[in-house]
Amino acid sequence: MRLTLGPVFYNWPADQWSDFYAGIADEAPVDRVVIGEVVCSKRLPFYQDHIPKAVERLQRGGKEVVLASLGLVTLPRERKMLSDLAESGLPVEVNDLTMLRHLKPGTRFTVGPLVNVYNEGTLGLLAGRGATTVCLPPELGFASVAALTAEGLRLGAEIEIWAFGRLPLAISGRCYHARLAGLTKDSCQFVCDADPDGLAVETLDGQPFLAVNGVQTVSECWANLVGDLTRLAEVGVGSLRLSPHTGDMTEVARLFRSAADSRIGPDEAIAGLAALAPERRFSNGFLFGQFGAEWTH
Amino acid sequence: MNVPELELVCPAGTPAALRAAVDAGAHTVYCGFADETNARNFPGLNFSRDEMAAGAAYAHGAGSKLLVAINTFPRAGAEEIWHRAVDDAQAAGADAVILADLGLLAYAAEHRPGLRRHLSVQAAAANADAITFYAETFGVKRVVLPRVLSVEEITAINRDIDVETEVFVFGGLCVMAEGRCSLSSYATGRSPNMSGACSPASHVVYTEEQGELVSRLGNFTIHKVPRDAPAPYPTLCKGCFSAGGQTGHVFEDPMSLDAAELIPRLAEAGVTALKIEGRQRSRAYVSAVVKSFRRATDAIAAGRPVPVSELAHLTEGQSSTLGAYRKNWR
Repeated sequence: MRLTLGPVFYNWPADQWSDFYAGIADEAPVDRVVIGEVVCSKRLPFYQDHIPKAVERLQRGGKEVVLASLGLVTLPRERKMLSDLAESGLPVEVNDLTMLRHLKPGTRFTVGPLVNVYNEGTLGLLAGRGATTVCLPPELGFASVAALTAEGLRLGAEIEIWAFGRLPLAISGRCYHARLAGLTKDSCQFVCDADPDGLAVETLDGQPFLAVNGVQTVSECWANLVGDLTRLAEVGVGSLRLSPHTGDMTEVARLFRSAADSRIGPDEAIAGLAALAPERRFSNGFLFGQFGAEWTH
Repeated sequence: MNVPELELVCPAGTPAALRAAVDAGAHTVYCGFADETNARNFPGLNFSRDEMAAGAAYAHGAGSKLLVAINTFPRAGAEEIWHRAVDDAQAAGADAVILADLGLLAYAAEHRPGLRRHLSVQAAAANADAITFYAETFGVKRVVLPRVLSVEEITAINRDIDVETEVFVFGGLCVMAEGRCSLSSYATGRSPNMSGACSPASHVVYTEEQGELVSRLGNFTIHKVPRDAPAPYPTLCKGCFSAGGQTGHVFEDPMSLDAAELIPRLAEAGVTALKIEGRQRSRAYVSAVVKSFRRATDAIAAGRPVPVSELAHLTEGQSSTLGAYRKNWR
């Protein structure tokens, strides 16, 4: 099983962002790194100039690098971002179908978890247009994953699963960070930079529930499938996606690598991840529970 | 400025609501089959195959059109259910189907090429490139625009595309990009995208705790109100939560959309059709809303000012919003 490091979803300062990728390039046992802005086009200018250097360093580190496209595209400058990506010469991850219009026929691409790939017909259509790897929507249950993985094997498209990190649950035209600060998206003052893993949202009972990340809503808990890799491997899942968070992502990747290679058992891997950030709650409910937020281990 | 007549697209959750909408002046009604193939899959709603055929005949007899929404995302291993819905919509005499899933669009384009295809709001095609992709790839003739766009952006999109656009003007309001939200699934395990029901009643529990009425969705508290206050339905994104030291409606206040005052601007923006949300609503509600909006579209067609909306009492929570049509909603 391969490991993919997904794009950073959160508003990190440019230096932190660069340091993060330098560490990943040099130390993390991941096969592929998806890099670039998915959540908010207003954040990109802060680190855009750092991207080429990060890409080069990751490639020197033996990683396959894929450029992420924006998740919700509405503005003219956002459409321009996509056309620039299509000209970059690097593989592109499609996170909104708008990107397909910009890719030249015959171009190979990957598909990110924000694209609705729920069934064999959609998977076949995307594979037919050049999709080589498809990260499925995180809300899919195990039966759907098994069916789509079988179809992916038949089509020659690798199926990837969201395996670690806060789950992307929704994207909106509205910025919730701005709303909470009494601002609007257009005048947001980039208040989302205060929350490098998102801002927790609790119920009125004080129960942890969700987190907001600008226009995106993510789960409060961290998806964690490190204890479920045997079942995923059995149905032919080809790749696991790890979503960047603060803390030691290199160690997260090492634990997933060790578990995927059966060098450590599921319990040891779960314990290892818990030890890295004891305050974080885990979930694997979309795949193996009654509802997304559930943790079955 | 001379603008063409706007088509009023009205909800029909039941055969009775369909007749009420047509009688009230709906140019077009939209409905779904009574199963998981449509995004308003609520108990007691929607149409059998025979009812759909009778509904199409009723609409056509009055000079109205009938659209069938097959706008959920087919489940892996069960696409046949959705394919059959497309086949049966054509057999029932539908003027078009409203689809969201790529695979289903491909099926309809290949196997039912004579059946007109509209792109559902659930596909969240929010810019001219995405719309053109669907038009070129699947021959989509009309796109229902997601509720994340301002009037200015809709104007710009219409300049850049060759297909019709339809926009929501009244009713419930998704605050997230439609079809790209798994909040309800996270809390309940039932995916609106696949099963057609957001914040499903099957997972709603009301309890009284310490003098308060608490509404929960799955294990999560969505609202708490004083015991004697009306209990809001726990639609997840309209719930009351705490974040960053504040407590309130983090995502959206319990408002519904009323864009009646924007109809002239939407017409100038090049929009073809105005859509009213509410297939789960009563016959009386549908009739009142359709009559009101028909007066508005007739006024525009005749070059008269749009009458002031008298629908405030019908909006949920007694307050309404212009939503994303107004840029500072964001």
